[in-house]
Amino acid sequence: MTDPERLETIMSRYEGVAADLIPVLQDIQDDCNYLPKDALKIVAGRLNVPLTQVYSVATFYKGFSLEPRGVHHVQVCRGTTCHLHGGTRLQEGVIRRLGIEPGQTTPDGQFSLEQVKCVGKCGAAPVLAVGEDYFGEVGVDGVTKILRTYRKPK
Amino acid sequence: MSKIEFPLVTRNLGAIDPESLEAYAAVGGYASLKRALTEMTSEAVLEAVDKSGLRGRGGGGFPTGRKWRFCREAPGEQKFIICNGSEGDPGAFLDRAVMEGDPHAIVEGMALGAYAIGAGQGFIYVGHEYPLAATRLRQAITAAREQGFLGEKILGTPFSFDIQVRRGAGAYVCGEETALINFIQGNIGEPRNRPPYPPQKGLWGQPTIINNVETWANVPVIINKGAEWFAAIGTKDSKGTKVFSVAGRVKKPGIVEVPMGTPLRQVIFDLGGGIKKDREFKAVITSGPGGGVLPKQFLDIPVEFESFQAAGGNLGSGSMVVMDDGCCMVDVARYFLEFSHEESCGKCTPCREGTKQLLKILTEITKGNGTEEDLGLMEELCATMAAASLCGLGQSAVNPVLSTLKYFREEYEAHVREKKCPALVCRPLLKYTVDPETCTGCLACLRECQVGAITGDVEEPQEIDQELCVKCGMCHAVCKFDAVKVES
Repeated sequence: MTDPERLETIMSRYEGVAADLIPVLQDIQDDCNYLPKDALKIVAGRLNVPLTQVYSVATFYKGFSLEPRGVHHVQVCRGTTCHLHGGTRLQEGVIRRLGIEPGQTTPDGQFSLEQVKCVGKCGAAPVLAVGEDYFGEVGVDGVTKILRTYRKPK
Repeated sequence: MSKIEFPLVTRNLGAIDPESLEAYAAVGGYASLKRALTEMTSEAVLEAVDKSGLRGRGGGGFPTGRKWRFCREAPGEQKFIICNGSEGDPGAFLDRAVMEGDPHAIVEGMALGAYAIGAGQGFIYVGHEYPLAATRLRQAITAAREQGFLGEKILGTPFSFDIQVRRGAGAYVCGEETALINFIQGNIGEPRNRPPYPPQKGLWGQPTIINNVETWANVPVIINKGAEWFAAIGTKDSKGTKVFSVAGRVKKPGIVEVPMGTPLRQVIFDLGGGIKKDREFKAVITSGPGGGVLPKQFLDIPVEFESFQAAGGNLGSGSMVVMDDGCCMVDVARYFLEFSHEESCGKCTPCREGTKQLLKILTEITKGNGTEEDLGLMEELCATMAAASLCGLGQSAVNPVLSTLKYFREEYEAHVREKKCPALVCRPLLKYTVDPETCTGCLACLRECQVGAITGDVEEPQEIDQELCVKCGMCHAVCKFDAVKVES
């Protein structure tokens, strides 16, 4: 469920025209870590855009998620240089350790996994990002150590 | 090689504080805009860009001045300007460097363009992966507005122009100009048929010019130094410089700027430092999933639009990924098709289905299930896709396949005939064994193996059961002693 006040703060930044749809959804995604269904309905009404159009946009772009994302968003770079430097193995290693496929979130809500096309840090290939932290030249055996620093102590 | 006087596009990278307008102004920033608005007519600005010979750096290489003139002369209530900072090609990071390192150069270039064609509003589209670039550009726009370089009546002249930044939402196809227009209008990023081209009918049906980051960053230089000065750099049909992000198997990955006409070899071997571990150069792919691979017989071609095209490559966006003899070209083609298939927007059938089928065939070949007929079938599919796809994504997605088939056919043949991967990359075609001499029995591989194919005691050589092995290669990846051997 969306906090009406926070949604209001987001809406107040915009004129309220159809072209504001994507920036509004981006702000909600940043704020809530996903796009809550009730928020989408409100946005459709306020921007005077059909709800189908809102869903069409929300599901077309990879930056949006209709399900809550994990506290830590793990991105494995699938750029060309990372591919040539063992990016596939790195991704498989991350999948094994997290126990989820790209696009999914761990049951404890700690991690979500995404494969990104290129983070532009090719000099450090293969690259793994957790939130806004980037890790370069990551070997399969280095993944556990990186993830451990983010995992909340039980 | 002609000596370049100073870098043009990358002139301020790392040299000035990108968050300070004063720092940009101190190195001559906004002088071109001041001069244009006070001393030059809008026609004169357009004329300068036209005469400079500047061509679009986003991939197409269309003459910038000619594009601007179409837009200036097109009837419309309003005109728009867009900076395409999508930079979706994997391996490209030059535009990111300019957006993050010299955002005011883009703002100034766009203001000059807006003045030349009579636009009142501009948009900068920044790729989803580049949050810092979006922040820096927003800061630059705010600062420029405060100093009177953007907004109403710029520098006290009747010219008004402002810019908004739009952060991408994660769709490669939005780098295509008509898809980008749809994105800014709040729709899904599907391309549409052209013509009409954006300079006639673009954003909200109004005349619009779309140029990429590198193109815009060149504009203040042209106005500052003059069209003749700019046109003196480069070759007959490719003027100025080209920025590349050199990556892949090179010793010194990074961003380089060279005058057009510089031999490709110099970019890779001098500026890129040559091949890692001094292995053998195999090929370079420029322009990512829409580019072609250039094998070593093309190392001496000059960097320019025409010679790249003639060689089957594409100067394109400026990404340059270098491959050595440890890279499998079938795997590379499969990798790019996987990318294009995932990023295909699905609107037109040749691209949506074509990328799917090509990926399927290539995946089977890398698994050892390909046949010789597959190679011909792929060529046929590629021809249809190139001819019938709606936009550049589908039309050029075939280039990695066609160019690898052309220059590295023997590698495909090894996969389909002998079921071997000569570069030892395609894992289903490999055999992993443990060398008992080097194995220390650390058990790193045993712990990693998900199928229990590895057995052995601590500090004793391990053994891989070939029946159980699923060839995931993880044992090889985690072995610190290089004891897991690979053959095909």
